[in-house]
Amino acid sequence: MASDTAAASELSTEDGVRRRDWIHIAALGTAGVGGASVLFPLVSQMAPSRDVLAASSTEVDVSAIQPGQSIKTTFRKQPLFVKRLSPEEIARAKADDGANMRDPATLADRTKAGHEDILVTMGVCTHLGCVPLGAAEGENKGEFGGYFCPCHGSHYDVAGRIRKGPAPLNLKVPEYSFKSDAVIRVG
Amino acid sequence: MSIRLGGILFGLAITAVLVLWSLLPGAYNYAFGPAPEKQPSYAFYEHGEGPEAGFSFDGAFGKWDYAQLQRGYQVYKEVCSACHSLKFVAFRNLQELGYTEAEVDAEAASWTVPGIDPATGETTTRPGEPTDYFPMPFPNSIAAAAANNNAIPPDLSLMTKARHDGSNYVYSLLTGYGEPDPEKAAKVGFETPPGLYFNKHFPNVNIAMAPPLAVDGQVTYADGTNATIPQMATDVAAFLTWTAEPSLIQRKQTGWFVIGFLLFATVLAFLSYKQIWAGIKPKKG
Amino acid sequence: MSFAWAKQYEPQTAFTKWLDEKLPFPRLVYNAVGAGYPVPRNLNYMWNFGVLAGFCLMIQIVTGVVLAMHYAANAQVAFGTVEHIMRNVNYGWMLRYAHANGASFFFIVIYMHIFRGLFYSSYKAPREMIWLLGVVIFLLMMATAFMGYVLPWGQMSFWGAQVITGLFSAIPLVGEPLQVWLLGGFAPDNAALNRFFSLHFLMPFVIAGVVILHIWALHIPGSSNPTGVEVKQESDTVPFHPYYTAKDGFGLGVFLILFTTMVFFLPNYLGHPDNYIEANPLSTPAHIVPEWYFWPFYAILRAFTGDLSIPFTGIVLIPAKLLGVIAMFGSILLWFFLPWLDKSPVRSGHYRPMFRKFFWFGLIPTMIALFICGGAPAEEPYVVISQIATAYYFLHFLVILPIVSQVEVPKPLPFSITEAVVGKDKPGGTSGGGAIDAGSVVEGLPGTATDGSLQPAE
Repeated sequence: MASDTAAASELSTEDGVRRRDWIHIAALGTAGVGGASVLFPLVSQMAPSRDVLAASSTEVDVSAIQPGQSIKTTFRKQPLFVKRLSPEEIARAKADDGANMRDPATLADRTKAGHEDILVTMGVCTHLGCVPLGAAEGENKGEFGGYFCPCHGSHYDVAGRIRKGPAPLNLKVPEYSFKSDAVIRVG
Repeated sequence: MSIRLGGILFGLAITAVLVLWSLLPGAYNYAFGPAPEKQPSYAFYEHGEGPEAGFSFDGAFGKWDYAQLQRGYQVYKEVCSACHSLKFVAFRNLQELGYTEAEVDAEAASWTVPGIDPATGETTTRPGEPTDYFPMPFPNSIAAAAANNNAIPPDLSLMTKARHDGSNYVYSLLTGYGEPDPEKAAKVGFETPPGLYFNKHFPNVNIAMAPPLAVDGQVTYADGTNATIPQMATDVAAFLTWTAEPSLIQRKQTGWFVIGFLLFATVLAFLSYKQIWAGIKPKKG
Repeated sequence: MSFAWAKQYEPQTAFTKWLDEKLPFPRLVYNAVGAGYPVPRNLNYMWNFGVLAGFCLMIQIVTGVVLAMHYAANAQVAFGTVEHIMRNVNYGWMLRYAHANGASFFFIVIYMHIFRGLFYSSYKAPREMIWLLGVVIFLLMMATAFMGYVLPWGQMSFWGAQVITGLFSAIPLVGEPLQVWLLGGFAPDNAALNRFFSLHFLMPFVIAGVVILHIWALHIPGSSNPTGVEVKQESDTVPFHPYYTAKDGFGLGVFLILFTTMVFFLPNYLGHPDNYIEANPLSTPAHIVPEWYFWPFYAILRAFTGDLSIPFTGIVLIPAKLLGVIAMFGSILLWFFLPWLDKSPVRSGHYRPMFRKFFWFGLIPTMIALFICGGAPAEEPYVVISQIATAYYFLHFLVILPIVSQVEVPKPLPFSITEAVVGKDKPGGTSGGGAIDAGSVVEGLPGTATDGSLQPAE
C-alpha cells in the first residue's frame, strides 16, 4: 500500500522533468509521427489519379479550317480553340505586337515558326475559367476581334492576348507540335 | 423470473425441433445412409502446385523479374489476347514492366483499338495510344460466346486474384492438359465430353479452352529464353499476377517500413506503460 | 463521474477557464477518458478491446469516407471503380485494403469484447443497459458489413445480396413482397446497390451515436473488472489517464502490428477470390459463403434442414427456411435477455466453477464448430455438426445458464479489488473492510449490498 501512495504522489508532483520522463515523451512523439504520416495517403488520394495524370494527347486535323475560321475541340477535358488566322488578322496581330498589353507577347511567340497562321489556345478564360465566345461563326468576338468572355467582360485580340477586362493573362497556348502540315498533336 | 422460464422453454423447444426433425434423421443418414455420389471427374482432379522454382515475387521479400514480366506480356499478346481481354490494364501501365516511354508508345501503336472517325463520327479503328486500355477481342459477350462454343473467355486482368492461389493456378492450368489415365477412365466410365478438353488442374477437369500453349517455341522470346511450355506458362502467370496487383511489390516494401515503425512505437508504448504502472503494480500476496 | 473521489477538472489557463464556462468539452473528455474517470486497477488485457473497437470504427469511417470519393454505386461501373481505386488512385490500394481488412479486425475485436463480457458477466446489473446497447451496436455492425460487402459488385457481393435478402422472403405472407421492396427489384441491381451504398455510408454514424450512449451508460456504474467485485474505495481504482491510456496505447500498438501485417502482406487472405469476378446474374459461384465473421450465424441458418411438421400427417407447421431464419436472428436476439437469464449473484467466471466449465468446454467449442461449419460447404459431416452445435448454443444460453446460476456454489470472492490485487493487506483509511473476514464473503448484487460500498451516481 505504501508503494501505491508513493507512486501517486510522485505522479502528482510537478517538480520539473524527471529522469525517466524521456520515455513518455519519446512514446508520444513517435505516436505523433505515426499519426501525421497516416495523413499523407489520406491527403494524397485527393490529388489527380494516375489515369488523369497520364498525359493524354489530342490530334487535330487543321487542313479543313478556312482562314478566319476556328474549331472547338477538347484537350484534357477542357475546350481547345484552333484558329486559322486570315492575312488581315495576321497583319492586325503583328501591328499590335508592340501595343501596351497586360501580358505582353508577340504573335510569333504564340504560334509555331512556319505555321504562324495556326493559333492554338485553350478555350478557358484566364480570369475565372469560363469559355470565351468567338470560336464559332457569328459569336461576339469582342472589341479586338478575337475572343470575348461574357462572364466578366474580358476581351482577347486575334492572337488570344488579353486586351481589356479583368483577365490577368493571355489565353494559354498548350504544348503542341505539327505531325504534318495538316495535323497537330496537342499534349 | 418469467423471462427465465420462457427462455428455458424456448431453448428446449428449439433443441427439440432440431433433435427431432433434423438431427436424428440427418445423423442416421450420415452414419448408415448411402455415401454421397461424387462425379467421376473428381477422381482425376489434381491440385496444381505451380512452377517448381516458384515465382520471384513470392514471399514477403519478393521482387518482380522484369524480363519475365516482359516475356509474359509477349505470351499474352501473341497467344491469350486472341480470346481474352485485359480490360483494366492500359498500355501506359506497361512502363512499369521496364519499357521506356518510346517503347510503350510503339507497343501501344501495335495494337488496334476502336476509335471514332473525327470527320464522319462513324466507328472505326485506330492504332492504340498509351492512355488506351487493352482492346476487347470480341465486341460483346454474345459474340464471345458464339465464337467459343458458348463458353465466354473470361477477362484476365484479375485472374490471379479471382482464383485461389491464382499465380500457381494459372501456371498449373496451362500445363495441365493431357489425357486421363485410360485404365481409370474405363473403370469409372469417364469420358471428356465432346468440345471440351481434359485438364487435370481444372476443378471439374473438363475445360472449354483448347490447350493454348501447344508446342515448345510457340513464341520467340526477344531475350533468347528457350520458350518451353512450362517457361511460357510461368512467364504469363507472372505477367497476370502483375496485371491483377500492380502494387504488389510496393505494398510489401511499404509493409516492412510500416511494421518496423510500429514495432519501435509499440516497444516505446510498452516501456511507457510499464513505467507509469511501476509504482502501482500489484505484488502478488 | 460516479465516484466521490473522482478528480475534478480544473482549467489552468484563462482560455480553458473561458471555454469551460461556455462549452465544457475538455471537462467532458477529462471525465470520460481522462484523469476524472476512476477505473478498477485490476483490469486485464481483455479490457483493451473496448477502446480498440472505437479505434476500428474510426479507421472504417476515415478510410470509408475517402473511398467514397472514388467509388460509384452503379452496377455498370461499380466493379470498375473499385479497380480504379486499386490501380489509379494514389495509395488507393492501401486505403481499400485497410477498409476491407479493417472490417475483419473490427469483428475480431468486437468478438473478443463480447466474449469478455460473457465470461465476466459484464451484462449483469447494474450494467444491463451497456450490454443492451452493445448488442444493438453489434446488429448495426452486421448490417453495415453486409451492405459494404455488396458494394464492390463482385460475384460474392451479388449473390450475398441475393441470398441475404432472400432470408426475408421466408417470412409468411409479406416475405416475397418484402424482398422485392428491399432490393427495389426482382434481383439485385442498381436500385439495391445504390440504397446499400447510401445506408452503408449512413450506418457507421448511427453506430458512433450508439457508441456514445454505450460509453455514457458505462460511466454511470463505472467499468466492471475481472473479480466482478464492485469498487468500494479509492484504492480500488486508478484514474483512466494516465494508467489506462498508457495501457491502451500499448494495446493499440500490438493491434496495429497485426492489422498492418494483414493489410500489407495478406490483404486478400480473409476475402474470397470469387469477389474479384464481376457480378454475373446468370451464374452462381459453386460455393457461396458470407464473410468469415458471419460464419457462426450462417451455420445456424443452415442447420435447419427439415420442416417442422406434425408427424405422419404431412402438415407443415414451420418450413425449414423460416425455422433457420428465426433461429439465426434468435441466436443474437437472445443476448438481449441475458441479464435476466443468468441470475447468479457472482459475476466473474473465475469464481463460478460450473459456469466456467460450460463456458470453456461448451460455448467456446460450439462457437468454433459453428464457425467452421459456416465456412464449409453444405454437406456431411458439417450439417450434422452444425445441428449439434446449434442445439447446444440455444441450450447453453436458454437452459444451462439459468439452471447453473441457481444450483452452482460460487468460490469465495475477495473482499475488494485492492485485496484481490495486493493480498489481504488491510486497506488504509477505509472502514468496514476489517470487520468482515475477507475471503469468505460472497458479494451480493450492488443494489443489495448492505455495506453501501457503491457510490451513488452523480
